[in-house]
Amino acid sequence: MKYMLLIYGNEELWQSFPEEEFAKVIQETDALHEELRESGEFVGAWGVADQVQAKCVRLVDGVPAVTDGPYIEAKEYLGSFDIVDCDSLERALEIATRVPFARIGTVEVRPLMHEAAPEV
Amino acid sequence: MRQLAPQVLGALVRRYGHFDACEDAVQEALLAAATRWPAEGLPRNPRAWLTTVASRRLIDRMRSDEARRRREDAGAARTPADRWVAPGPGDTPDAAGGNGDVIGVDVGEVIGAGGPPATGAAAAAGDPAERDDTLALLFMCSHPALSPPSQLALTLRAVGGLTTAEIARAFLVPEPTMAQRISRAKHSIRAAGARFELPAPDERDARLRVVLHVLYLMFNEGYVATAGPDLQRPDLTREAVRLAREVHRLVPDDGEAAGLLALMVLTEARRPARTGPDGGLVALADQDRWLWDRAAIDEGVALITATLASTASLGPYQLQAAIAAVHDEAARADDTDWPQIKALYGLLERVSPNPVVTLNRAVATAMVDGPQAGIDLLATLDDDARVAGHHRLAAVRAHLLEMAGDHDGARAGYRAAARLTTSLPEQRYLLARAARLAPADEEAPPEGLDK
Repeated sequence: MKYMLLIYGNEELWQSFPEEEFAKVIQETDALHEELRESGEFVGAWGVADQVQAKCVRLVDGVPAVTDGPYIEAKEYLGSFDIVDCDSLERALEIATRVPFARIGTVEVRPLMHEAAPEV
Repeated sequence: MRQLAPQVLGALVRRYGHFDACEDAVQEALLAAATRWPAEGLPRNPRAWLTTVASRRLIDRMRSDEARRRREDAGAARTPADRWVAPGPGDTPDAAGGNGDVIGVDVGEVIGAGGPPATGAAAAAGDPAERDDTLALLFMCSHPALSPPSQLALTLRAVGGLTTAEIARAFLVPEPTMAQRISRAKHSIRAAGARFELPAPDERDARLRVVLHVLYLMFNEGYVATAGPDLQRPDLTREAVRLAREVHRLVPDDGEAAGLLALMVLTEARRPARTGPDGGLVALADQDRWLWDRAAIDEGVALITATLASTASLGPYQLQAAIAAVHDEAARADDTDWPQIKALYGLLERVSPNPVVTLNRAVATAMVDGPQAGIDLLATLDDDARVAGHHRLAAVRAHLLEMAGDHDGARAGYRAAARLTTSLPEQRYLLARAARLAPADEEAPPEGLDK
């Protein structure tokens, strides 16, 4: 079962880290990813660029309209996300607690939809 | 080619031990065959070709290992080579001495000659050694020290002969992730002290149950609803059927192995009718039964009938196959022998008590005794932590409410179930069911569903 770990936070939270602490968090994140690679649970991890780089696209009467900024102004927004493939929700939650940013922000865990269908 | 994988691997492991390294070597040989055979033509004896190439890879590795830790490696080979299936010219079977003779074998010469004389042909299907090898591999890959996903991956590679890349595609994970999963699985079984042999008679039955369960999971994993074959994604369902057939051939007296094969064949027979032209799921009751695979149904029915007549112990796969057979034998949904299905679910619940079985029994009960009887049975599951809050419970309840004429309750139930499932095809199906019940002014049913 695949799970997406969405790591939320904001500039204020991320900058509240002392510099040496931030370096440690990056190290810990790399180590966690390496551990997940070794356990065969790693699907991918991506950081998303700051929301000043966000664009929103809509079709208005068939004409594309592109605007700046995130879709929703929120106190906390997506900073990065990991996708893991593991045995259970319990295991996904365990991995989430190991995400260093869980100490300051929030890690949201969402099962990913799949194509397998049981008999109906 | 892939059918040869377990035979080649078995021969190597019996000769050299080191399941782990042998498995890698066979994988490399299969990859080499996949590139060379199409270009150079099929060798006269494909099995001997694979065995020779795999042993060369293995020996190369052993040699480099030996250079590193000469002394530890001295006892690498455990088994005399009397079972060696493809001796090449100058091939000294005595690998145990580590004297370099084996390492010096010019296997290239063998391959260049179009493969050695078909000494291996005698060891083809039916040979007890080959039979035991494949079984021992299945037991090893389903080792209890492994998690089910690892058991699945390793079985697909070592017994199914799939490449790591193919397995990774089947599970939609990156190839390095799958490679790591397989390598860890092999490490775990080595750490658990697994031996390449058939389990002791007193463990054998329990271990065989795990093998069957792995194949059952493989079948379900591949049971996708997407329309049309995805050429990039190996068909795990067909692979599971092939391996179940193999297991049934190897242990013909095991009722559950026969039952599992029958269940797969009878379920697979309905595949052409399971998805509509738009790729959506079609419920059993609504399927066009003319699309069912008659030959497969006949095979499955014959198999389960013979099995039930002679079985020593009635197990869950046999009962599920019997239920599938009853469905498959009804020419129209209305002809379904529901009292029979209800009785079979009752038996199944006794043999393997589990809330999912109760859910199915509730449907059968509703068909026999009316929807309210089914709904009452479902109520007994509300406190069961294993299914309370599970989409299947909500979906079945919605179905029974629909039967009872409570369309509002059914619609709410289908929608609740749709939010709880993680299967996209099932979610679409549940939302379509809800939409079909919507009052005309609230929501128009999506196109194609209102016919």
